[in-house]
Amino acid sequence: MIEIIIFVLGIAVLLYVLLGGADFGAGIVELATGKKGINTISKAIAPVWEANHIWLILAVVILFNGFPRVFTTLTIYLHIPLFIVLVGIVFRGTAFTFRYYDIQQDNTQKHYTRIFRISSLLTPFFLGITLGAIILGNIPANVNGTFYEVFISPWLNLFTFTTGIFVTLLFGWLASIYLIGEAHDDKSYQTFAKTARIFFVSLILSGLSVFLVAEIYGLHLFMKFSQSLLAIGCVTLATVVIPLLWINVNRRNVLQTRLLAGIQTACIIAGWFAVQFPVMIFISGGSDLTVWNSQAPERTISLLVDALIVGILIILPAFAYLFKVFKFDNKGDEATN
Amino acid sequence: MDDFLAARLQMTVSFVFHIVYACIGMTMPWLMFVAEWKWIKTGQQVYLDLAKAWARGVAIFFAVGAVSGTVLSFELGLLWPNFMEHAGAIIGMPFSWEGTAFFLEAIALGVFLYGRNRVSNRMHLISGLVVGIAGVISGIFVVAANAWMNSPSGFDWINGQANNIDPMKAMFNKAWFQQALHMTIAAFASTCFAVAGIHAYMLLRHKDNDFHRKAIRIALSFGIVAAILQPLSGDLSAKNVAILQPAKLAAMESLFKTSEPASLVIGGIPNVKEEKVEYGLHIPKLLSFLAHGDFNAEVQGLDKTKKEDWPPVPIVHFAFQIMVLMGLLMMGTGILFLIFKIKWKENLDRKWWLIWLVGLTPVGFIAVEAGWIVTEVGRQPWIIYGIMKTRDAVTPMPGIQYPFYVITLIYILLTIFVFWLMKRQILAIQTNYQDILSHD
Ligand code: HDD
Ligand code: HEM
Ligand code: HEM
Repeated sequence: MIEIIIFVLGIAVLLYVLLGGADFGAGIVELATGKKGINTISKAIAPVWEANHIWLILAVVILFNGFPRVFTTLTIYLHIPLFIVLVGIVFRGTAFTFRYYDIQQDNTQKHYTRIFRISSLLTPFFLGITLGAIILGNIPANVNGTFYEVFISPWLNLFTFTTGIFVTLLFGWLASIYLIGEAHDDKSYQTFAKTARIFFVSLILSGLSVFLVAEIYGLHLFMKFSQSLLAIGCVTLATVVIPLLWINVNRRNVLQTRLLAGIQTACIIAGWFAVQFPVMIFISGGSDLTVWNSQAPERTISLLVDALIVGILIILPAFAYLFKVFKFDNKGDEATN
Repeated sequence: MDDFLAARLQMTVSFVFHIVYACIGMTMPWLMFVAEWKWIKTGQQVYLDLAKAWARGVAIFFAVGAVSGTVLSFELGLLWPNFMEHAGAIIGMPFSWEGTAFFLEAIALGVFLYGRNRVSNRMHLISGLVVGIAGVISGIFVVAANAWMNSPSGFDWINGQANNIDPMKAMFNKAWFQQALHMTIAAFASTCFAVAGIHAYMLLRHKDNDFHRKAIRIALSFGIVAAILQPLSGDLSAKNVAILQPAKLAAMESLFKTSEPASLVIGGIPNVKEEKVEYGLHIPKLLSFLAHGDFNAEVQGLDKTKKEDWPPVPIVHFAFQIMVLMGLLMMGTGILFLIFKIKWKENLDRKWWLIWLVGLTPVGFIAVEAGWIVTEVGRQPWIIYGIMKTRDAVTPMPGIQYPFYVITLIYILLTIFVFWLMKRQILAIQTNYQDILSHD
């Protein structure tokens, strides 16, 4: 039973990174490309961002329903970065919508644009910081301690900083890959392809630095990865995919490119999962919260499973329809909305 | 500022903000659906214009609703972790079902707002209906979770731990039906009166404009029904509260002493120290009837509750009076409308009627906010009624006033922006809407 929940949670995280991440990344790409991509970006994310955003809500709901202690541990000790994430989500969502829907186009759009871009950068960074704090294991077992020890140091350190950068670059890279497919003229295609390359190289470098910094903190990620068959498989697959991905980018095969980028991201998340499972949050002192010791009572779990299965049977066809309408047929593109 | 106070205020600000967008998100899809359906049926361009004009505004409201809802789902843990640690497993279920409803809503919304030129008219119309249905369903699920806080069930509380958890029983608690019914009607009443009021204002400035006249008609056709039903549903709620949360009812009515029979107090200022109401209008026996359906029934007063467990009486009392006043105003308007409809039709185009509608623009939302204050403040000091005190649920993190300031500032700014954008939208659409919409 619990395995199904963990699986859906993993899928929700993956889809949030792929879809929601690409939406945030679009703002980061805008920062990089400036005015050039702005129309493509607006049109590409306007119809889908709300739906993409709900994967995060699903993950939160699964956590507080199925693993209440995991949820409350995160919200107590990582209050500050999570709050910043929330502020980022609010600013980005509203600034984007205000920009897109303002009936008169004048100077005010500039301000929305600035807010949209900055919050698109800030949110993934602090999501990454949160992720780093979960892995690092500096979260204390109780609130006895100074404010700094309990509420700051678990998430504010070099390791979480590098994971923050990594997630930001990942989102930016996903967005550029995704936007390549949305580009309708040569020039914007070139822009996005170039951005994608730059993000990719930086992403690899930042991934390496996560591993290196982990050594400083005694996390031994290299060792953990090499001990898990699943993790080795993920790393291998992700590497094999790299040349295929770039061939497809150059040939402008939109669907294949996106699929391969999706596989790579799935590999990253599955690899993380492989070294982490069954721990959900590492706690300093070793009393980690695991899938087993933090799950809700059986009746709750079985009802949650029912809800997830029914939900997925309803949602997936609906999602497929949404993407079919907006992503795979390009008729009616001249209409603004 | 005290951390506990800051946490409560932050929760309050977040809900007071979100609920407005939630009401609009539940109701506007239905109005757009009707406009579009009429367009398909009659072929009159004005209905299509209306559906398009509304859609432009609704997109903005939905975005704000979605992000403020996300804030709430995190705040449950950020502010009340000790509550969520116990409640998560018990009432997470309606939230997990709500997740499905949100997905459907967001997906259908994408098709409805952006897919007009990509899907058939029929599919477009259906997507509008799905948004409306999913919105109402998600509202019902959250309110069921809230009703559980008022009427906790589906678990045994032993030594500060929940045992024998049954989420089904928890969701279908004794308060869920009354609250969900009352809330759903409230969403329609508040949004429809606001929409009617805005279009009435435009109609006053541009006489004989068919666009605004049709808008008023559609909005009122829902709004009137809701306004007439709402006090009836409120009566059901009050009877339920009288049984489940006697202290809340006593606070609503400022009934300090248990009485048999009890009189209804209208208006008045509760004096908590001396335990009496000053300047109120007392109607003998009416409270007994309203609370228990019997003019001579005993109604429990605050004296049966330890003073330290009293909710803040004046706040609950005033909020309740405001809600009821607004409700009666709207109901009266609804009945007047029906009378005019049957007999003196010409009145519906008179200036005074339109001015009246303009005046009623905010009343539904005022009632919604007041009603939630009755419900939430009236439950204090409990976060789970009779089980857990709000004070014991608050986060151990100090310095909560800072996130409270930030959230408050952001929501004030967003409110200003949304008003400003709507004003731009409405002004632009009323002067040259055909021009703008033909580009859509
Ligand atoms: C348009 C909005 C609106 C209007 C006109 C009314 N209400 Fe209301 N009321 C609400 C909107 C609302 C609400 C905001 O939606 C609440 C908060 C929680 C809930 O379920 O509904 C509520 C709560 C609420 C409660 C508390 C329920 C609880 O704590 O469980 C009572 C007793 C009433 N209402 C009674 C009434 C009465 C007697 C009305 C007569 C005129 C009335 N309401 C009009
Ligand atoms: C599922 C729905 C809801 C849940 C789970 C919920 C939960 C809570 C919690 C945990 C508190 C903190 C206790 C307190 O400070 O008093 C609270 C307070 C409050 N909530 Fe709700 N609430 C819900 C619905 C709403 C809605 C829709 C509103 C309305 C606008 C609302 C308005 C308030 C207010 C005004 C307070 C402050 C009460 C006070 O300060 O005394 N609530 N609610
Ligand atoms: C604890 C309380 C609450 C939480 C955690 C919560 C959470 C959320 C979330 C996450 C969303 C965004 C969904 C999306 O992206 O579309 C949302 C929207 C919505 N909420 Fe709430 N909500 C709460 C209270 C309420 C209440 C009391 C109602 C209504 C009666 C309500 C009705 C709605 C509706 C209809 C929407 C969709 C419309 C829109 O986005 O504007 N919510 N809520």
